[in-house]
Parts: sequence; C-alpha cells; structure tokens
Amino acid sequence: MRYLPLTDTDREAMLGVIGAPTIDALFTDVPSDLYLDGPIDGLPLHASEMAVEKHMRHLSKKNLAAADAAFFLGAGAYRHHVPATVDHLIQRGEFLTAYTPYQPEIAQGTLQMLFEFQTQVAKLYGCAVANASMYDGSTACWEAVAMAGRVTKKKRVVLSGALHPHYAETVKTMARFTEDEIADALPSLTPQPDNAGLIARIDEQTSCVVVQYPDILGRIPDLAELAEAAHAKGALLIAVNTEPVALGAIKSPGEQGADIVVGEGQSIGVGLQFGGPYLGLFAVRDPKHVRQMPGRLCGETVDAEGKRGFVLTLSTREQHIRREKATSNICTNSGLCALAFSIHLTLLGEKGLRALAAENHRLACIAADRLAKVPGAKVLNDTFFNEFTVLLPKDAREIVRALAHDSVLAGVSLGRLFPTVDALSGGLVVAVTETTTEEDIETLGNALEEVLA
Amino acid sequence: MTRYFTEDHEWIEVDGTSATVGITDYAQSQLGDIVFVETPDAGAALTKGGDAAVVESVKAASDVYSPVSGTVTEGNAQLEEDPALVNTAPEGEGWFFKLTIADPGELDGLMDEAKYKEFVDGL
Amino acid sequence: MTTPNQSGWRPTLTLDRRAGGTTTTGNKALMLEEPLIFEIGNCETAGVDLPEPSGTKDRLGGFARKEQIGLPGLSEPETVRHYTRLSRQNYAIDLGLFPLGSCTMKHNPRLNEKIARMPGFADVHPLQPVDTVQGALGVINELAQWLIKLTGMHGVAMTPKAGAHGELCGILCIRAALEAKGDAREVILVPESAHGTNPATAAFAGYRVENIPATPAGRVDVAALKARLGPDVAGVMITNPNTCGLFEPDLKEISDAVHAAGGYVYCDGANFNAIVGRVRPGDLGVDAMHINLHKTFSTPHGGGGPGSGPVVLSEALCPYGPLPFSELHADGTLSLVEEETAGERHPHSFGRMSAFHGQMGMFTRALAYILSHGSDGLRQVAGDAVLNANYVLRACEDVLDAPFASSGPCMHEALFSDKGFAEGMTTLDLAKGMIDEGYHPMTMYFPLVVHGAMLVEPTETESKAGLDQFIAALRSLAERARAGDESLKVAPIHAPRRRLDETLAARKPVLAWHEPSPAAGIPTLSEQGGS
Repeated sequence: MRYLPLTDTDREAMLGVIGAPTIDALFTDVPSDLYLDGPIDGLPLHASEMAVEKHMRHLSKKNLAAADAAFFLGAGAYRHHVPATVDHLIQRGEFLTAYTPYQPEIAQGTLQMLFEFQTQVAKLYGCAVANASMYDGSTACWEAVAMAGRVTKKKRVVLSGALHPHYAETVKTMARFTEDEIADALPSLTPQPDNAGLIARIDEQTSCVVVQYPDILGRIPDLAELAEAAHAKGALLIAVNTEPVALGAIKSPGEQGADIVVGEGQSIGVGLQFGGPYLGLFAVRDPKHVRQMPGRLCGETVDAEGKRGFVLTLSTREQHIRREKATSNICTNSGLCALAFSIHLTLLGEKGLRALAAENHRLACIAADRLAKVPGAKVLNDTFFNEFTVLLPKDAREIVRALAHDSVLAGVSLGRLFPTVDALSGGLVVAVTETTTEEDIETLGNALEEVLA
Repeated sequence: MTRYFTEDHEWIEVDGTSATVGITDYAQSQLGDIVFVETPDAGAALTKGGDAAVVESVKAASDVYSPVSGTVTEGNAQLEEDPALVNTAPEGEGWFFKLTIADPGELDGLMDEAKYKEFVDGL
Repeated sequence: MTTPNQSGWRPTLTLDRRAGGTTTTGNKALMLEEPLIFEIGNCETAGVDLPEPSGTKDRLGGFARKEQIGLPGLSEPETVRHYTRLSRQNYAIDLGLFPLGSCTMKHNPRLNEKIARMPGFADVHPLQPVDTVQGALGVINELAQWLIKLTGMHGVAMTPKAGAHGELCGILCIRAALEAKGDAREVILVPESAHGTNPATAAFAGYRVENIPATPAGRVDVAALKARLGPDVAGVMITNPNTCGLFEPDLKEISDAVHAAGGYVYCDGANFNAIVGRVRPGDLGVDAMHINLHKTFSTPHGGGGPGSGPVVLSEALCPYGPLPFSELHADGTLSLVEEETAGERHPHSFGRMSAFHGQMGMFTRALAYILSHGSDGLRQVAGDAVLNANYVLRACEDVLDAPFASSGPCMHEALFSDKGFAEGMTTLDLAKGMIDEGYHPMTMYFPLVVHGAMLVEPTETESKAGLDQFIAALRSLAERARAGDESLKVAPIHAPRRRLDETLAARKPVLAWHEPSPAAGIPTLSEQGGS
C-alpha cells in the first residue's frame, strides 16, 4: 500500500526483535471472540490513486458549484475571492503537517503566525486580546455566553431576535445542560433593528446580551446604545459578527463598548466548503477578562539567549491542565484556517480591506436598487453592508428551489432559517460580494420577476 | 502568634481570632515558578478544607484550601502584581489571605512546624 | 503605522558559540530571522488589486468606520517570503518522525488535498437547496457508512468539529437519554489516565467528575469502577486503547456492568488508529465514541486544527443525536434533517451543536484516505502502527524504564518513564535533546499516572530504517540522561530558538503587538552596537 513503508521482510525482522510470531499476536489483549481476523465484509478493498480521484470527482460533479451559478447566498458563510497565494502558502508542509505548537523551539512559524493573527483580530474587532481561534462562529458564540456567566456569576442570557438562528440554537443546546436561562426572540421585520425591544428585555439577572452586527437580516444595530443599557444592569454585551469584511467599512464592535466580540472568520481566506471547516474568532475588550477566555493564547517572550520568541501561554485555563475546572474543553481549534485568514488579511492590509469592503457595499447597493424594482418585492433594510432582506409575496423557500434549477442561487430564505414562523416565510436574505457581477444581479432580478409574474 | 500546618501544605498563623494563610516553602518548591495567584475577596465565607484560592505555575494549577472556616478580611493584593513573592517569601510576604476564624476548635489536629517537617520528610 | 518598522526592531545579534561569528543581518544562511508583519508592512501597501473606493453615498447608517484599523499590508512577493520564512521555523510530518503519543501524527497524502479543492466540494455553500448538493451529502453519507461499519455501531453524528466537540456530543446524548427516562444522574466516572478533555467535557455538560484509579499494570481498576457504580452514575468515559498505550481487555465486562447499573459507556476514540479493522467498539458495549478524522484518517493537523470528530452511537443513543444530519432515501437521493423536519423525523434530538453540517473539508479528505486503504488496508494500518510501537518499546526498554513493559504487547504507542535518570535530569531535558537530534519530542508528562511520562507513537507511516535511526537517537539520549550529561539541560542548541521563558510569558502576558511609544526609547541599530 502506497502509504505504508514497511515491507514484509521488515515486518518479519521487527517481529523477531519483539519476540512475537505474527502481527495478530500483538493483539492478544483483544478478546479472541471479538477479534476480526480479516477485512470487514461489505466494505471495498484498497484502491489506486486514480480510482479514488475518479470516484470523488463523480461525487463532486453532483454539486452545483457557486462559480457555475448566479450566486447570492450568505447568512453566515460568504463567497469571496481568495488570492492564489493564500492556498499555496497554507499547503506548505511545514504549516499543513505541523502539530499544535507545544514545543515552541521548533514551532516558531506557527506561533509567530498566531501572534500576528491574534493582533489582526484584536484590531479588526476593536478589542485588547483575541485568542488563537475557535471552531467556528456559532461555537465561539456559545463560548462567549459561557464566559459571560463566569465573569458575571449570573445565569440569564438575552439573545437578540436577529441573531443567526443556528447560533441561537447552538447556545440553547449547550444551555440546556448548564442551567443558563436563555431568553430568545424572533426577528421583527422592520427596516431598523429593534434595539428598544432588546433593551427592555435586559434585567438585573442578565449575564449577557447577544447581538449580531450586522444582523441576520443584514441591518446594522447601534451597539453603543446596547452596551450602555447592558452595562447599566451589570451585564456584558456580546457582539457577534458573521461577515468580517464588513469591519473594513463599519465601526468595530469593541470601540462601541462590546465586552466580548466573537464571529466567523470564513470570509477572509477560507472558502465555502459546504460549511466547514470554518474559523471562530474570539476577543475581549478588557484585558482583565483574559483569564476567563476559552481556547489557546499565544504570547511573546524571550529565549535563553534573549531572542524574541513566542509560546502558548496562560495554559492553566485549558483542559489539558485544569481538567474539569477548565474554561472550555476545546483542544484542537482551527489553526490552518487562522493561517489562511492571516495571510489573506496581510495581502489586503488596511488599504485592501477598506477597498474590498467598499466594493462589496457598492455592489450590494446596486443589487438592492435592482431588486426593489421587482414588482411585488420590497427591500426591508434601511441600513446594510453586503447583505439585505427582500420581502417577497410568496414563500421564499419555494422560489429559491425553483430558481436553483436555472442555476440561480437566489439567497437564503428566512423560511429555511426559521421554519416554524409563517410570518417570515416571504423573507429572502440576499448577499452580494466582490465576486458578484452586475450581470449576476440582472439575472437574479429577471429571474425573480419571471417567477413572481 | 502560633503557626499551624496542613497536609495540603498550607500554613496558618493565628493571632486570637484573626489568622493569615499561605502555602509552605515545600509547596512552592514543588510548583516551580508561580505565575498567577487568585486570592479570595474580603467578605468571602470559607469552610475548612474548602477551595479558598488558586495558585498557578506555567504547567500546573493548584487549589489552595482554607485550613479553617471563617470570613476573609483581606486577600493579598500584592500577589496580583508580583506572584513571584510566593516563590521568594512563601511564608512571609507571599501570604494569600487573612480571615476571622469561625471556630478555633478547628485548629485542633493541624500540625505544628516540627510535625509538618516530619510529614514532608516522609513524602 | 504608515512607515514600516517604526519600532526599530532588528534581529538580536548574538554571538554564536558554535560558529564563533555573527552576521550583519542576524540570519544564518538558510535560517532567516523574520520580523512581524507589523514591523515590515504598512497601511498603504496591498498585495491585491481592487478598485479604488468611489465616494458614492453609503447605506451604513452613520456606522461607517472613521478611525484607522491599523492593519499592515504586504505586497504579494513580500507575503510569500514572510510566510515561507516562518514556515521554515516549524517541524512537521513532512520533515520527519513526529512521535507524539495520543496524537497520531501520520503522513498526510496529497491526493486528499487535491480532492478537497475540487470546485464541487470547495465552492459550495452550506445553505444551498439540497437538490444542488447531492454530491456533498453523498460524501457525508458514504463516510458515515464507513464509520458505522468500522465501529460496529448503529449510527453516527457527523457535525462535531473536533474530538472534544465530539465528546460533548456523546455526553449530551447520554444526558438526553437519561432525561428522557426522567433519570437525573449527576456523576461521570473518568479514569486517572484520561485526556484532560474528558473531565472538562463532563463538567461542561453539568456533570460532577469522579476519578477511577488505575491498576499497577496500567489499566482501569475494574473492581473499583464496579464498586462505584450506582443510581447516581450517568456513565463512564474510557479511552481504549488507553493513554498508557494498552488495550483494556475488560471493556466488555465494564460496559455490561455500567449498563446493568443504568449508565452509559463513552469511549474516547483518540487511539482508534491502533484497532481500526481489528476490533469494533460496538462489540465492546460502547454507546458513544468520537473518531478524530485528523488522527486516524489522516486529515492534516495544520498546526492545531481544524479537526473533525464524528461520534458513532449505539441504538440506545441514536434518537438523541444532534441536528442536522443527512438521510438516504430508497431512490438514492439524500435529504437533510434540520429544524424544519426534526419534529417528525427526529423528535428527541438534543439540538444543534454548531452552524451548518460539520467539517466537510475534512470529510472529503478522510473519505479519500479511507477509500485508498480500503477495509484491508485499514486493518494493515492498525497492524503496522502496533508493530512499530512494539518495536520501539522492545528496542529501548533496556535503557529507558517502561513501566508497563511486562503487561504484554503495547498497542500503537510505547510508554516510558524518567525512572533511572540521574539526579536533576528530567523528561523535559530528554525531550529537548530530541529536538537537536532532528525529531519532534514525544508527548511529555502524560499520562499523569506515570512519573515523567514519555509517550511515543511512531504511527504506521514510518519505515524500519527511519525507526532504527530514531531508536538510536532515543537510546543515546536515554544514556545521557542516566549519566547526568549536563549539556542536555541547555538543549536544544540547534533549533531556531533556545528554550523559551514560559514564566515570563505568563507573568507578563503580551498577547498582541502594540505600537511602541516613542517614549519607550527602543534603541536603533547603531545604539545596539550592530555592525
């Protein structure tokens, strides 16, 4: 087998050193009636590289790739152009096939990259400290809620109705078992986020308020107002961002007073990949909260000769040391996705990120204007970055499915996100990025006109 | 002023109903470089043998237990700035917290210095 | 941050005792010192071409960013060099043996990378209509079938994002199953030798953790475990093969006892590489086990992730598994069971653990790897992994204390201790000596049940010649540690960095780069006396 270097001659020689007659004899601790003495029935035997590639290509062809469609899906995952340089560099074996950097003397590459990544995320989010990544945005959101409980010693969690429902569901799942009380709500279909309604739900028992920025409908909430209201009740404000490119155009959550800022980093450097692996971002505004953070942290230090170097630090928060008292059980995170993010953001820099954000916004404005002209359709949002909600006179789920047959992926229907709420069924969340052409926008407008006629 | 020791390597110095608690020189030598100490807030109610503080080295975190029940009057704020005091002066400046003893009878059964030395030598 | 490197950072110029000289740059031929992006980049440079923003009216509602973010940019050539230089300061599987016990660092076939990048996998959105993602659901379904058959279990939850996330999934299934019976149990039993994630997971799920001792032979103390079972024990978390590198021969007996007492058995599948194709956890009475695709099925670790941790479940736990999951229909089409259809299709689910459908990019890689090996090859994988570990164990047990050498063959990893080292010599010293020999150190100080533990997992992808060289290095280091060779105390001397001051890092945490203030008085190159 091409991945196994040992020859039968090697195996014989090694068994001689060990003093065992066969490899099977090394498995003596396995109860003999349960030991499998041959390949499991009903599973295929080994295959050549060519055969595997052919089989997998056949499966891949059954999917409609975004590039082959007029594509408008967002809602937590966004299609951006990733420079070829990014994918080339993350495939360098020294990054790709390295382990978690527990041995800093021979992991400075990963460690320095993580230190740069943490700094980039902290700056983007307007925070003091970011960690070295979580699995994805939804699990980062849950970890933020858990951390708020540790900091405030309170149990009531107020979720904005306009939080991505998968994020809300993730929080609710975890809270079922931790005795946190989750106060959730549904999004109201208003041109502006309902800040007043959210503020009215904060009380003295509230540990945190979780708000998405921009929200699931694409609207941009006023975080400063929410932060003030939360802090007045002794609660933390958790801001959730699913589209980091937006932060090239709009104020950071940290500078508006959010205490914990979490989100999805997939937009920058990481492809769609049908939902994973993605990249969870996690940062705190106040450095005094660092010891309550989950996940790995990379810090600067010096080596025995006084040279600058980097190490994983404050590890006593983590499971491998603190065990049942750890801040989280997370171990493996999203290191390689963090690298992709960091490389892409380094290629962009301040100038590139702002230009990228401006281009996303410009095209989204064009799309909103075009779709507003579709008879029977209405654009909900007063404000948006690159994603907005269109209200259709029919169930948007059906429209999405119908348009897909013509290679138009029109957006994410609110009916799919909130399947039990009939009032939202006409909602369609449309995302536009720099990869969207004006021709695509016209195609979508025409397709909607046709299907609604 | 009497000093007692526990099998968990805490020392407690008693002055009437007030007491000061820290960890022993042996404990700090086992932990290595101390990088962080979390002391209890004034007013916290502690129970004998219950968690009172946390002490961390680079690779280990240990809970510090209260040798007796009582109410914390002060945590050592200096340790937040300078946790290394636990290494350099564990049984002096590196104290953890002071408390008011609820039941002096709980001191019975703790070791004196000679007995503690014997206990450590046997480890 | 408009001009690069305002901080005046320069590579530290140190006298190299071995080469007896310095260089102007601080570089040493191929060993290149690399500043931070914040020291070489600036806010005017970009390595991408984008249209200049036009001043059209925005719809950001007064939330437009006014302040500079402070993100440095590099041109494309500078970016390539920066990351290439950094990469060369890393050890990796592509360079050599990575004997990290419990981590299964094996060769990562590049075919899997190629396949994961096919547009039909890489360029597909998770919320596309299911008609347009039948191939992606097909990958998930096909991989799921493999995992179910290899483990002899009833079903599999594919969404968990790594091993620890999988543990949480399994424990939440157990909790949901008990709650459905109105049975509120509070305790999870965990062996002393367990990975730290086990107790952390159980605590996160709201359980109280109690430790179960090990026997002198390195296995779970079955009598102690049985004695502790009762109406308050929700279940046990067992690693098999365990973290001492030994198979737990009594697992079936343990499972039966736990089930009889009304609890469930969670198995940590981190070490599945040792038994894949040789014994099925389902036959051992396991109710839930996560599988680390980034260990057993060779998806790259990537310097700490991403992983993937699907959880195979017994019939008793399947009804409680998380959303979403894919379902295969008689006509060969696949659908997704998510919130919309869960009420009728899967009413007892404990809910959603994350957005979307799991680590698709890892699924494609793992499936490609599994298909390459096939059921016969996977069985050989376990055989060679166990053979290699036993070879290392027997080739070194005369110079390194192997506490469980007499317990019979080890599985895929060999465990040694620091017993017999000279006064003052530690496992850390030997591990750092490994670095100078050109190897990544083995897992150190784990499991906790062995003093100064060294856990060596060679994996099946090492050749005999490679192992012989590794064994020679390990033997020589063991002899130096036993002899009290002081030069080990300062190892490594040949790595890009010497031992790092972890105490300083933790006492004075610097977790992000900060613009130095002019008052900081950072010396310029001439003040440093550089040449």
